[in-house]
Amino acid sequence: MRASPLFGPSRRQVLRGAGAAAVATLLPRRFAAAARPAPVRIGLLLPYSGTYAMLGTAITDGLKLRLAEAGETLAGRPVDYIAVDSEASPPQAPQNTRKLVVRDRVDFLVGPVHSGVALAMAQIVAARGGPIMIIPNAGANALTRELCARNVFRASFSNWQTGYPCGKVMADDGHRRIVTITWRYAAGDEIMGGGAEHFEALGGRVDKHIRVPFPDVSFQPHLSEIAALAPDAVFAFFSGGGAVQFVRDYAAAGLKDRIPLYGPGFLTEGVAAAQGAAADGIRSTLHYVDDLDLPANRRFRDAYRLAYGREADVFAVQGYDTGTLIVQAMAAVDGDTAAVADIARALEGARLDDSPRGPWRMSPAHNPVQTFYLRDVQEGRHRFLGIAAEALADPAIGCALG
Amino acid sequence: MDAAAFLVQLLNGVQSGFLLFLVASGLTLVFGIMGVINLAHGAFYMIGAYLAFWLTGLTGNLLLAVVIGVAALAVLGVVIERLAIGFLYRRDHLQQVLLTFGLILVLDDLQRLIWGSDFHSVPVPDLLSGSVALTTQQDYPVYRLFVSGVCILVALGMFALIRHTRLGMRIRAAAANREMASALGLDVGRLFTLVFALGVALAGFAGMVAAPIGAVYPGMGDRILILAFVIVVIGGIGSVKGAFAGAMLVGIADTFGRVLVPEVASMVMYAVMAAVLVWRPQGLFGRPA
Repeated sequence: MRASPLFGPSRRQVLRGAGAAAVATLLPRRFAAAARPAPVRIGLLLPYSGTYAMLGTAITDGLKLRLAEAGETLAGRPVDYIAVDSEASPPQAPQNTRKLVVRDRVDFLVGPVHSGVALAMAQIVAARGGPIMIIPNAGANALTRELCARNVFRASFSNWQTGYPCGKVMADDGHRRIVTITWRYAAGDEIMGGGAEHFEALGGRVDKHIRVPFPDVSFQPHLSEIAALAPDAVFAFFSGGGAVQFVRDYAAAGLKDRIPLYGPGFLTEGVAAAQGAAADGIRSTLHYVDDLDLPANRRFRDAYRLAYGREADVFAVQGYDTGTLIVQAMAAVDGDTAAVADIARALEGARLDDSPRGPWRMSPAHNPVQTFYLRDVQEGRHRFLGIAAEALADPAIGCALG
Repeated sequence: MDAAAFLVQLLNGVQSGFLLFLVASGLTLVFGIMGVINLAHGAFYMIGAYLAFWLTGLTGNLLLAVVIGVAALAVLGVVIERLAIGFLYRRDHLQQVLLTFGLILVLDDLQRLIWGSDFHSVPVPDLLSGSVALTTQQDYPVYRLFVSGVCILVALGMFALIRHTRLGMRIRAAAANREMASALGLDVGRLFTLVFALGVALAGFAGMVAAPIGAVYPGMGDRILILAFVIVVIGGIGSVKGAFAGAMLVGIADTFGRVLVPEVASMVMYAVMAAVLVWRPQGLFGRPA
């Protein structure tokens, strides 16, 4: 057969194909099959554009770093990544999820960052009973509460978890009356709810819950409200541009020196540099802090810096731990991706003793049982101050698992 | 709410109104005089903020950054008007909407290519970085007061330009009757290029001036665009005076809405718009259709 010069394979392709065929016939059949086992397909549904692009990239990099450390193989099988940009858009989530699950038939579905996207994904994946979904960020409480499912796991945190320890921190610092302020949306209510619950249980009082329309950033009227109420402390959560603006406005209004500001770690995480001096001294609780003095953390940060030329952050850690979960699960089932129930069982009992965030294990509701640290910001960097809550588990109200 | 709290919130409302006016004035100018619905106005606001961040980093001086940035944006405005907008004056509004929406996508991607998706902030100039005591509990940043002053100057400058200069006379003539103005020897094409460039420069200027108050981040222009349209519609399309009144109304209503009826705060300004339109369908200072 003569190859058409326009549409047929090039001479080089023909030669390469012929060479491969010749080698294949020379090799024993078993050996050839073992040389190319089917790859494990990992679907990534993460934001690679828009406001959350940095988070999606950090998670992907962390995950790939962990699998590179495992030799790019899972129980002897190579790894295939199929990445889809979630655009952090809940309306597109069902279509993107089906694309990865039905068309690409991924073995593991990793994603997303945004809680709205996560709720849509988890409901589809749970109803189908497969594949295994691992959430590397989205904190919506419901994902490991009333919507918990056999094949849906979380490697990050529940929103409740990030706020709850801070309630004790504020009480321990001697505050009796606080005001909470956040956007009027689920994540804000859940984080503030966790902190307020703990603070009130310890005898404190919340004078007012201020809710700003999402994703509005004109905080000036609310700062005047806070100044008039004059509470002992303010417990706040905003993210991204809102976090930068709120912390700067709070300092510019002269409130920072009069009424100390507290929050979940995400109030300053990733945006401390842009917040500048206004963020200095803000105390927050999170399941990670950059300068955590653990060998596993130092090793991880060095490897991440070497691989990507950037500093790792909490999102990279969550991606890295997602990778560890996949590595552990595949080792437990000896690479048999069809055994979804066995993989789920392995993940349920997962213990990550060498995580950069410190040792943690999976709860029966599939959410990390982990330590929360007290941190503050000094000159744009987060500093470890102590442990705020040891082995904290989400209450998992309404989850029938376990 | 006692008298002191009321006055503080009134100040907050007026101050946010000034900033809104700066954004809305450019939009109403382009909309009213050229009849172009410029959806990309918010994107120019964002580009202005990023230019302020970038040029302040390079020069270390916000004033210099604003001067260079405004000039660069005016040039960008001329280029876009010549290459794209200029072909649409006699076309349907829908085509203008499509084109300017496309401009948003292009500008958003340009922003990501040049500056990335990170959040940034611009330091307040040292000279204006202080605060004045407002109450025993709250200070007011001097820079916010300074911005209010700048907005008043821009507002006065625009009134003077439109009412009392030869250029303003020509702009009003071209807006009132394009064919007649052209027949009398006015170069309407060049005039429109100039007006569009002025609109872009105003949007960018607002972004630059606002940058040290808040944060610089992707998509920051989207919300401000909707606010600006609300203000333009309330004030009457094409009226700079109307934009000023609308901006003040929205700024004050929004501020008190947040404090007094927080549950429905995000709807207050739309309720104000609806009420104004029921009373005066052409807007506060608009010409009846």
